[in-house]
Amino acid sequence: MNKKLSLKNTGTFLVFGGPSIFAFTAVVIIPFIVGLYLTFTNWDVRTGDSSLIGFGNYLEVFRDKVFLSQLWFTLKYVFFTVVIANVFAFFIALALTRGGKGEQWLRTGFFTPNLVGGIVLGYLWQTLFSQVLPYLGNKYGWDLFQTSWLTDTGTAFWALIIATAWQLVGYLMIIYIAGFTGVPGDVLEAASIDGAGRYAVIRRIILPLTVPAIVICIFISLSRSFLTYDINLALTKGGPFNSTELATYHIVQKAFLSNQYGVGQAEAVVLFAVVAIIALTQSYLLKKLEVES
Amino acid sequence: MNGNQRILSGLKTGLLYLLLFAFLTPFLLIIMNSFKTTQQFFESPLSLPTTIDFKNYASAFENMDFMQGFMNSLIITGISVFVIIIFSAMTGYLFVRYKWKVNSILFFLMLASMALPFQVLMIPMVMLYGNMGLLNTKLTLLFMYLGFGVPFGVFTFHGFIKGIPYELEESAFIEGSSTLRTFFSIVLPLLRPVFVTLLVLDVLWIWNDYLLPSLVLLSPNQKTLPLSTYTFFSSYSVDYAPLMAGLIMTIIPVLVIYLFLQKQIIKGITEGALK
Repeated sequence: MNKKLSLKNTGTFLVFGGPSIFAFTAVVIIPFIVGLYLTFTNWDVRTGDSSLIGFGNYLEVFRDKVFLSQLWFTLKYVFFTVVIANVFAFFIALALTRGGKGEQWLRTGFFTPNLVGGIVLGYLWQTLFSQVLPYLGNKYGWDLFQTSWLTDTGTAFWALIIATAWQLVGYLMIIYIAGFTGVPGDVLEAASIDGAGRYAVIRRIILPLTVPAIVICIFISLSRSFLTYDINLALTKGGPFNSTELATYHIVQKAFLSNQYGVGQAEAVVLFAVVAIIALTQSYLLKKLEVES
Repeated sequence: MNGNQRILSGLKTGLLYLLLFAFLTPFLLIIMNSFKTTQQFFESPLSLPTTIDFKNYASAFENMDFMQGFMNSLIITGISVFVIIIFSAMTGYLFVRYKWKVNSILFFLMLASMALPFQVLMIPMVMLYGNMGLLNTKLTLLFMYLGFGVPFGVFTFHGFIKGIPYELEESAFIEGSSTLRTFFSIVLPLLRPVFVTLLVLDVLWIWNDYLLPSLVLLSPNQKTLPLSTYTFFSSYSVDYAPLMAGLIMTIIPVLVIYLFLQKQIIKGITEGALK
């Protein structure tokens, strides 16, 4: 149907598209444009003064040692979270796509952490790291757990990764399962008749055929962990001494607590660029490995 | 399967259940300790509770203003999800059936916006809406969820509606049915599978969201459940027993939904991710 947009059917356009297009424009498009503009001004919240300052905010972002070190901290955190969550999810999914007994229950079980929001999840792990593990450490003399992991930068870093990966695993598992289900059974059968071992089957058949699922999973885990905010807030509150502030946490603090909207927004744009570059590169590189079954 | 293989596969299943048990230990520990006193928790966090009493739950229920948080979350999630689904379906239909230039531009913008992280929008958004004095009402939050939820909703419906043969609607039009009526009586009922996918994904997202409500809702009586949890933890920080009861209580509502809808939830995640 190719009716021209005319006065008569502007009504149709407004009725069917009006509410959602209006909301989308007001919530996404306009803030995006204003946000870009904002990074070029020195807007002051209290006085309302604002003037164009060119790339001043971006220069400040790259001169700000604190932000850069937090960006580096975020990159390391993202890297380990993505690797750990994906490796676990991959193998759990592999174990749960063979039609064995109780598979449905096991899948359901591994997915449960995803029902819980970041705040609740963060506090749950905070309780474990600050109370339960030190109790174990003291009772059995395990040095690793004697003090709370959250009071030391190095261990708090791993605490953040564990809490995030714990949630991500179940989500990624679901997508990997969908990917594995797509691997044709006859290919697997042919391989086993030819005497391929379990490892060879995974390496030579399952991995190449599930590249699309891997790309999606890495993309999802990348973007989710880059934007971690509430787990960070509930687990460490950026402490000890702001040493575990992930990029998003830092941006929220910068903008809304120290009222530096322009710099905060420039940081958000830089973070977005970093995420976009990494996400596109990984999917480009992995897509090359894709094969037809 | 011979005897040995059966034992082997039984062993594997056993190992998987053991792994699941280890995986869910954090939940189990919190549940167990939510029935003890804080003192007992400090002394032996790994032991089973000796008595089952709900006084931590009662105390958490009262001190975190559970009912208010719950009602706010319920209203916000319920209305937002409903509105997102209906309006996305209508817009998806518009974009598929009317190939106007403006429609394809809008559709493209929506697709592109899905790659935008919330962090790029949040500062200007708070600034703009703050300047207009629109913060701190549920209505603004609902409107924002609509704006953020629409792109994915339209995208999902768009893909599905494309597969519906136009003949179905054509015959209705010939009999003089209006576009609106045709949509609601013929197209909408066909969209049921997509409803469920979107319902699941949007409920999990909005119910658990912390950052956006924390920026928009400022007064205590507006708080959603994640915000109440935050306040409760910040102000009660050493009295662990009621805190754990509070965590369990916030998890329960979603858990109940999950038990009823688990198949659809898993299907929804799969479909949502593969699109």
